[in-house]
Amino acid sequence: MVSEATNTRQKSVLWDWLTTVDHKKIAILYLIAGTLFFLKAGAMAVMMRVQLIAPEMEFISGQTFNEFITMHGTIMLFLAVTPILFAFMNFVVPLQIGARDVAFPFVNALGFWLFFFGGVLLSLSWFFGGAPDAGWTSYVPLASREFGGIGIDFYVLGLQVSGLGTLVSGINFIVTIINMRAPGMTMMRIPLFCWTTLVTSILIVFAFTPLAAGLALLMLDRIFDGQFFIPGEGGNVVIWQHIFWIFGHPEVYILVLPAFGMISEVIPAFSKKRLFGYTAMVFATLIIGFLGFMVWVHHMFTVGIGPIANSVFAIATMVIGVPTGIKIFNWLFTMWGGKLTFNTAMLFAASFVPTFVLGGVTGVMLAMAPVDHLYHDTYFVVAHFHYIIVGGIVLGIFAALFYWYPKMFGHKLNETLGKIMFWLFYIGFHLTFFVQHILGLIGMPRRVYTYLEEQGMDTMNFISSIGAFIMAAAVVILIINIIYSALKAERITVDDPWDARTLEWATHTPVPEYNFAQTPQVRSLDPLFYEKIHGNGKMKPAEPMDEIHMPNGSFIPFMMSLGLFIVGFGFISFHLDLFISPYIWIAVGGIITFGSMAMRSIKDDHGYHIPKETVEEMEKELS
Amino acid sequence: MKGWKSFLRFTPLMAILLLLAGCGEQRLTALDPMGPQSQWIFDNMMLSLYVMAIVIIVVFVLFFIVVVRFRHKEGDDEYPEQVHGSTKLEVAWTVIPLFLLAILAVPTITGQFYLADTGVDAEETDVAEDESEEVDEEDIDEEAYVIETTGHQFWWEFDYPEGFTVGNEVYVPAGERITFQLEAEDVIHSFWVPALAGKVDNIPGVSNYLWLEADEPGVYQGKCAELCGPSHALMDFKLIALEPDDYEAWVEEMQQEEEEPEETLAQDGRELFEQEGCIGCHATEGAGSAQGPTLTNFGDRETVAGFLEANDENLRDWIRDPGALKQGANMPAYPGLEDEELDAIIAYLNSLEKLDEETKEELDR
Repeated sequence: MVSEATNTRQKSVLWDWLTTVDHKKIAILYLIAGTLFFLKAGAMAVMMRVQLIAPEMEFISGQTFNEFITMHGTIMLFLAVTPILFAFMNFVVPLQIGARDVAFPFVNALGFWLFFFGGVLLSLSWFFGGAPDAGWTSYVPLASREFGGIGIDFYVLGLQVSGLGTLVSGINFIVTIINMRAPGMTMMRIPLFCWTTLVTSILIVFAFTPLAAGLALLMLDRIFDGQFFIPGEGGNVVIWQHIFWIFGHPEVYILVLPAFGMISEVIPAFSKKRLFGYTAMVFATLIIGFLGFMVWVHHMFTVGIGPIANSVFAIATMVIGVPTGIKIFNWLFTMWGGKLTFNTAMLFAASFVPTFVLGGVTGVMLAMAPVDHLYHDTYFVVAHFHYIIVGGIVLGIFAALFYWYPKMFGHKLNETLGKIMFWLFYIGFHLTFFVQHILGLIGMPRRVYTYLEEQGMDTMNFISSIGAFIMAAAVVILIINIIYSALKAERITVDDPWDARTLEWATHTPVPEYNFAQTPQVRSLDPLFYEKIHGNGKMKPAEPMDEIHMPNGSFIPFMMSLGLFIVGFGFISFHLDLFISPYIWIAVGGIITFGSMAMRSIKDDHGYHIPKETVEEMEKELS
Repeated sequence: MKGWKSFLRFTPLMAILLLLAGCGEQRLTALDPMGPQSQWIFDNMMLSLYVMAIVIIVVFVLFFIVVVRFRHKEGDDEYPEQVHGSTKLEVAWTVIPLFLLAILAVPTITGQFYLADTGVDAEETDVAEDESEEVDEEDIDEEAYVIETTGHQFWWEFDYPEGFTVGNEVYVPAGERITFQLEAEDVIHSFWVPALAGKVDNIPGVSNYLWLEADEPGVYQGKCAELCGPSHALMDFKLIALEPDDYEAWVEEMQQEEEEPEETLAQDGRELFEQEGCIGCHATEGAGSAQGPTLTNFGDRETVAGFLEANDENLRDWIRDPGALKQGANMPAYPGLEDEELDAIIAYLNSLEKLDEETKEELDR
C-alpha cells in the first residue's frame, strides 16, 4: 500500500509493519485496526436495531443486548473513533508542520501496540463467559463483582492497557507540535487540525489519567476484594460516576475537536478560501478544551447532588455553546464568497455544519438541568450524542478519509460510489436518530432491549431501524469503494491533487519516508497556497540538501505491549478457571514487558542516515 | 438537486411540529403533561426549543444561501478573495448567543429549586440517620407525605407512612403533592413517571427525594430509567392516582389484617401459598420484605410482574418459570406444581382485592 520502494533496507513486509516507527505506517495500522473495530461495533448496532424493529421481539436476549450496548459504546469510543482519529493525526500532523516524523517515533509505535493489545484483550471477553454488560459507563454496583459478569474484568484491564497507549500518544503529539515545527511555522500559522490535535492531546493527558485511576480502583474492587464502591462496606457508588465523567466528558471533546480540525481543513480546501477567523477558531478550540473539564456533572443531574451544584454545572455547560457557535459561523463564512466544489469530501464536510448544529442545540436543551430530569437516560440523549458523534465526528472522519486518501494511499477513492455512500449515509443517519429524540420524550428509556406494545413506540422504532440498515448499506459501499479504488483507480503522481493549501500537499505522492528532502521555509498560514500566489508554487527549502537522520524500526513496542496484555489477562484469570495459575501469567507478562524496557534502555540505538545521494535520487524519481 | 437537497434539511423542523402535536401513549408520554411538575418541564422544554429554533433557522438559512450561491463554476479558475475574518462578526456571534443562553439560564436555576422543593431537607435527614438511626421529625415538613420507594432487580417496593407496603403499583391521592424517598436495594435504578415528573435515581446507600402531583385520577405508567441488568426494559410500574376520598378508603383497607378467603379453591390456594414457601418472600398484609413484592392487593393489579397483562394464563406462566419471562428475576421457578395446585394459588391471589368496584370502574379497569 504505502511505498515499499522508499524503504532503503530489505525486510520482509510483515516484519516491516510489526517493527515500523514511521508515523505514516503507524497511521495506516491505526486506520486498519480502527476500521475493523468500527465494523464490529457497527454490526452490533445493526443487530440491536433488528431487535428493536418491533415491540417484544426475541431476536436477542436482554443479557446479550446489554453486552452489545456495552461493547458498541466502548469499542466505538475507545477502539474505533479514537484510533481512526489517531490515524489522521499521525499521518497529517507531522506533514502539516513540516517535520520528518513525530517527536518520539518509538513511543508512537508503543502507543499503537498498547491500543491494539488492549482492544484484543477486551474482545477476548466473548470467549470467556460473555462481554461486559454494565454499559460503556460501567456504573457500580451493576459493574461490581456481585452484580456484574466476568466481562467487566476484561473491560477494566483492556481499557487500562489501551488507555495507556492513548496517553503516551497524547504526550507524543503535544511534544511534536510544540517542538518539531519547520522554520517559520509559528504557533499562529499551524493549520487548525494541528491546533485541535494539540488541544485534544492535552485533554487526553488530563482525562485519561483519572480514567486510569478509576479503572484501577474498580479493578481492586472486583479482583482483590476492595470496597471503594460497595455501599454496605463504607464505599460510595456516586464517586465512580464522578471519576468516570471527569474522564468521560472531556473524552467527548477529545473526539470532536480533531473532527472540527478536519472540517477546518476540508472546507477551506474546497472553498478555495482561507479559513475565516483563524484566530477566533484557535481561541474557541482552547476555550472548549478548558470548559470541557468544568461540566462533567451534567451527566449526573438526576443523582441528587442538589440544586446549587446542578445549576453551576448547567450554566457552565450552556457556555460551551458559545465557542462552538463561533466555530459554526466561521465555517459558514469560510464558504461564503468561496468557490465551492462539492466532491465527496466536501459533501461530508459541508453537511457536517447543519447536522452538528442539530446536535448542538439539543446539547443546550440538555444543559437545562431541571428539564434534563425529563431527557436524562432516555432515547433523547441517545439521539443527541449520536448527532454529535455520528453527525459530527463520523461525518468529519469520512470527509478526512476522502480528502487525505490520495496522500495516504496514492490514489483517490471513487467519486460516484462516494456520493452514493454520502447520500445513503446522510439520509439513513437522520432516519435513524431524528425520531429517537421523540421516542425519548414519549417515554422510552435508553438501554432497553425491548419495549411493550401499545406504548406508541412501534412506528418510530421501525423508522429508526430502517435508517440504521441504510447506514449499514452506506458503510458496505465504502468498503466496496476502497477495494474497487485500490484495484482500478488511477495512480496519483502529482503532489497536490486537490489544489490545496497546507504543507502536507507539498510533499511527494507517495510520501517518502523522510517526508521532506529539505525542511521547508514557512512564510504564512496556508504556506503552500502562499507560495502559489507569491512564489513559484513550490516550498522554499530552509536547509541545504544533506543526509537525513532516521530512526530504526523496533520490535520492542510490540513486545512491551504483548507483555502488558499477558499481565492483564493474568489479573482477569483470578476469576477464570484456567489450567495455568494467574501468577504465572502475570510473571511471564511482567518479565516480557520489563525485559523489553530493560533492553530498550541498555541497547544503544542511534538510528541510521540516508545518504545525500540516495535522497537526491529518490527526489528525482518521485518528481 | 440543489433546492431539493436543502429543503430536505428543513424536514426535521416540520417533523417536530407534526410529531409534537400528538404522539405517544397518554399517561405515559411526557409530551402530554398531567401534573404541575411535568407541565413546568414541558413548558420550559418548549421555551428552549423556540430559542434554539432561532439558532437553527439562522444557520440553515446561511447554509442554504452558501450552498446555492457560492458554487464553483466551470472554467472559473481564479481564486476567490482571501478574507481573513471580521472582528465585528466574531463579536456578534459571541454576544448574541450569550443573550439567548441568558434567557434559558433563568428558568434553569429557578427550576432546579422548584424541583428540589420536596418538603424534605435531604441533607439534614441523612445526618440524622447517621447519628441516631432515626429521622428527626423536625426535618420533615409536616405537610410532606413521604412514600419510601426502593428499587430492586427488577421490581419496585413502596412503603407507606401508615406502615403497609405495595409492590409495583403505587397509589397516590390525586391533586396532592406526594414525596417519594428513593432508595435502592441492589444496583442503581431510576424512578420515572414521564407524564407526571422528571426522573431521579434510586442509589444504594443514598436517599434521594422527588415530588410529584397528578392533576386527575388515573393510571400512569412508570419506568426504570437506569440500566439495572438484563430485564431493565421490563421494570415497569404503575402509579395510580385516586380521588382523595377513595384514597383514604384504600389506605384504610390496606391497613386491615388479611381475611380468610371465601371460596374453597382460594382457601386451598392460601394453604399452598404457605406450604410452597411463597409467603417467605411475598407478604399478603402489612409491611413487606425486601425479598419480593407484597401481594396484599394482588387482585387489583393491572399487571403480573410489572409488565404482563394480569390474567390467569400469564400468572400461570410466570409462576412456572419467572426467569423465562423476565431474565435475571430472583424468584425461583415452580415447574413441579400440578395444574390444580396452580389454579388454587391463582384463585387465592386473585381474591386479594382492596379496591371497591366503584373505584375500579372510575379507573376504567
